[in-house]
Amino acid sequence: MAVINQSNIRNFCIIAHIDHGKSTLADRIIEKTGLLTSREMQEQVLDNMDLERERGITIKSQAVRTIYQAKDGEEYIFNLIDTPGHVDFNYEVSRALAACDGAVLVVDAAQGIEAQTLANVYLALDHDLEVFPVINKIDLPSAEPERVKEEIEDIIGLDASDAPLISAKNGLNIEDVLEQIVTKIPAPGGSMDNPLQALIFDSLYDPYKGVIVFFRIMEGKVQKGTKVKMMATGAVFDVVEVGYFGAGQFIPCEELSAGMVGYLTASIKNVKDTRVGDTITNADRPCSQPLPGYKKVNPMVYCGMYPADGAKYPDLRDALEKLQLNDASLFYEPETSIALGFGFRCGFLGLLHLEIIQERLEREYNLDLVTTAPGVVYRVHKTSGEMIELTNPSNLPDPSEIDYMEEPIVSAEIMVTTEFIGPIMELCQERRGRYLGMEYMEETRALLKYELPLNEIIYDFFDALKSRSRGYASFDYEIKGYEQSELVKLDILINKEEVDALSFIVHKASAYERGRKMCEKLKDEIPRHLFEIPIQAAVGGKVIARETVKAMRKDVLAKCYGGDITRKKKLLEKQKEGKKRMRQIGNVEIPQKAFMSVLKLDDK
Amino acid sequence: MSETILSPAEAVKRPLGLYLHIPFCKRKCLYCDFLSAPAANGVIADYVEALIAQISQEAAQYRDYVVRTVFFGGGTPSLLSVSQMERIMKRIFMSFEVAKDAEITMESNPGTLDFEALKGYRNAGINRLSLGLQSACDAELQALGRIHSYSDFLENFHGAREAGFTNINVDLMSALPGQSLAGWLDTLKKVAELGPEHISAYSLIIEEGTPFWERYRDCGDSRKESEERCGSRPRQHDQNDGFGEKQPHWPALPDEDEERLMYEQTETLLQSYGYHRYEISNYAKAGKECLHNKGYWRRTDYLGLGLGAASLVKNMRWKMTDDLEAYQKVFHTEKSGRQSCREDVQVLTKAEQMEEFMFLGLRLTEGISAEEFEKQFGIGIRKVYGPVLDRLKKDELLTGLADGNMLKLTPRGVDLSNYVLAQFLLEEEE
Repeated sequence: MAVINQSNIRNFCIIAHIDHGKSTLADRIIEKTGLLTSREMQEQVLDNMDLERERGITIKSQAVRTIYQAKDGEEYIFNLIDTPGHVDFNYEVSRALAACDGAVLVVDAAQGIEAQTLANVYLALDHDLEVFPVINKIDLPSAEPERVKEEIEDIIGLDASDAPLISAKNGLNIEDVLEQIVTKIPAPGGSMDNPLQALIFDSLYDPYKGVIVFFRIMEGKVQKGTKVKMMATGAVFDVVEVGYFGAGQFIPCEELSAGMVGYLTASIKNVKDTRVGDTITNADRPCSQPLPGYKKVNPMVYCGMYPADGAKYPDLRDALEKLQLNDASLFYEPETSIALGFGFRCGFLGLLHLEIIQERLEREYNLDLVTTAPGVVYRVHKTSGEMIELTNPSNLPDPSEIDYMEEPIVSAEIMVTTEFIGPIMELCQERRGRYLGMEYMEETRALLKYELPLNEIIYDFFDALKSRSRGYASFDYEIKGYEQSELVKLDILINKEEVDALSFIVHKASAYERGRKMCEKLKDEIPRHLFEIPIQAAVGGKVIARETVKAMRKDVLAKCYGGDITRKKKLLEKQKEGKKRMRQIGNVEIPQKAFMSVLKLDDK
Repeated sequence: MSETILSPAEAVKRPLGLYLHIPFCKRKCLYCDFLSAPAANGVIADYVEALIAQISQEAAQYRDYVVRTVFFGGGTPSLLSVSQMERIMKRIFMSFEVAKDAEITMESNPGTLDFEALKGYRNAGINRLSLGLQSACDAELQALGRIHSYSDFLENFHGAREAGFTNINVDLMSALPGQSLAGWLDTLKKVAELGPEHISAYSLIIEEGTPFWERYRDCGDSRKESEERCGSRPRQHDQNDGFGEKQPHWPALPDEDEERLMYEQTETLLQSYGYHRYEISNYAKAGKECLHNKGYWRRTDYLGLGLGAASLVKNMRWKMTDDLEAYQKVFHTEKSGRQSCREDVQVLTKAEQMEEFMFLGLRLTEGISAEEFEKQFGIGIRKVYGPVLDRLKKDELLTGLADGNMLKLTPRGVDLSNYVLAQFLLEEEE
């Protein structure tokens, strides 16, 4: 490519409620701009992690550069930055938005505006992005583009009169979207003659190249050999390679300048030197100010992660370190459990985030993990006046030292069609929700407002919500603050021994129910031993539920015919193999999946 | 371990067991996962030719062996005609050196036998007959999908005695669908009173790939409590199980407690009739233990002939193919061969030999000998299994005799034999 004119660059993202077709539109844009031929198109090229494709959601922000021949005869460079749609990943959305100048808002022609549509639009406007709406799925029989246009104008206040009516799935009217990207989204500002000022919005660890930093240049330029400095960490590097993003690959180039989106490598070995959100500048001619920081987020959900095989502890540490590089919102610190040995206390944005990290550790790093029950951050006020933030139930001080405890509360907004208002309100009541009010968005849809304790929604609230509304409800929440609450620590005793990894904090009113379910579940998971094993749930030393795993009495392989010894040995091996995946607690062997089963207590 | 007197020539040769598999039956029983299927007469005739060819071809490699036991298993070997059996027997005697007092067993099923056939098999050289009765209760037999009644069996049993069989085994199964403890004891008593020399008493195992698996898989979990047992639900009639009208319902499996009582009382009852237990599932009158099966537990060499048959020769294990067409292609005439139908060939490492020595030998009531272990492997048993032995002794699953030589399972160890025997598997060296 010849000289790039800054006014012909468009940096944008696509925002949408989950399932409204964001990834499909991204695919179409990449396809129509001719970066790939139709034959090369894989389904959803942007989602290149296996996990993303299986779950149909976008986890990591990704960027791609394509070239568009516009109707005005000019060639434009599109930098499309993909953003996740799930509420757990608001932080990632905010990082991606900071690298853009505009956003395409995709709204489903049948469903209209949903909770996350609003959340994402506000986030985009917060970042001063130019937003224009696109109405997708107009091929659906239930599509009502005119109604949705009205909704967009009434609720968000965006002009939707010339919003492209498209079907990303069928490739209908995609040209209109491309033209509007050119006409409605501003070209990036900045000058290549100024000192370098670039925002890191993502990064990736590559075993050969070291850390690959993804950035957007606001001012100045960068090329191979440029001495750059990370403003927050102070680390200085010589740039080895710069380039931009093809579809799923890195394409090196000579130089990147103001307004451009790309990557650099600089033999960066220490992942901590390149903090996402940091500003890159010239080491010898630094810019006067770092760029405004990212929205800082704190992990909301914590759990313990332990290697199934204790010897893999260093591997788990390395894997977490590398994942953290890709995922700035992941938190971890070492901890030790009596039951599970050495592991880490990890913090996540939400339960989905937790599951995704767990699966990535298992798939990408081949680790076998034991995960403890997730919990939130509680505030424990001690009688001494000291306040501690509790992320691990085992660290709860003795009850005599506790004055009172607080738990995090969220403000939740649930968008639901009117027929499901009853069941959803019931669900919120069960989860200790406080009803704040209800607004009718239109005749058939209402927005329910509740305050809910975070620890009631981290388990399976999403699933329950979906099943009780046949998938129609959508949910968004933000942390409101902490409130005093009657919380107790529920302990599990197996064969009279407390298993620290199974303890959790629960509201006093739910303790009995949870304890009972927990005992039942463990009874199913723990195999029979040579002796009887009592399983007890206790609060403050008082047993509130009990189950018993009976002693093993008969386990005979009676028949062994025709001298087929190999088959018999296989059966014995299977029996022995099963034991390997056990954790020894006292003289009881507990299968690893028992520790996980507490995650699924509410499975009906 | 010699139990019979050998002629001087036989004494220097290694003992060998022959197993011949007959993979045919009249009808597949509902619980059966053995390699067996109904077949047309022509198929059986072709198979017999192939088997004879295999005998001739393989025998040459066993010149330094003397055959001590022969076992016809199946399937239903009594589906072979007397003349087919005669030809096979003749070929065995021609090709191998067979001990004068060799134990030669044939499995058979009531419903396939008559007096003429019994006489014929006896004359062909079969000296031990195994009858697959399973139960003395006709309703239970029907639930298993068996083709015979108890009275069919009685007729065959008496016929066998008359035909000259002085060594008879009866196969029985407990924990059958619809079986009560009383029903099981009744079966045992009826059979014990007939006085066969040997009784095999197995528990029904719900095997994958059988109609029983489809029906009872979720009930077989021994951890399930009695109230959760299923199987009594009426069966949908529109579902085709291949047995249609003959299988009107699927009775429930006995619950765990009842099954355990059946199992516990078997030994006591049979003892009162003069049977001693010499292996987990096998009982015999004095001197009538099945030598062939003991060979499996003691790891003497055996050669498997016929489809799917397993072999152990000089610490090498293998199986014949279970593909009938492939088997017959290789052994279709006596001159062919060269190709092998062997599958899963495995040369046992020393560690594997030690594992087998333990987990097979301990199935026998007399247990294993520490001296013999050291003699075979050149290393003391405690050096290999010390901690395991101590733990199992502490848990009262294993006991050593006063002389410190023999080791055997305690009664509780027998009950939990899977658990105990699995302890003797050694970690793989990496």
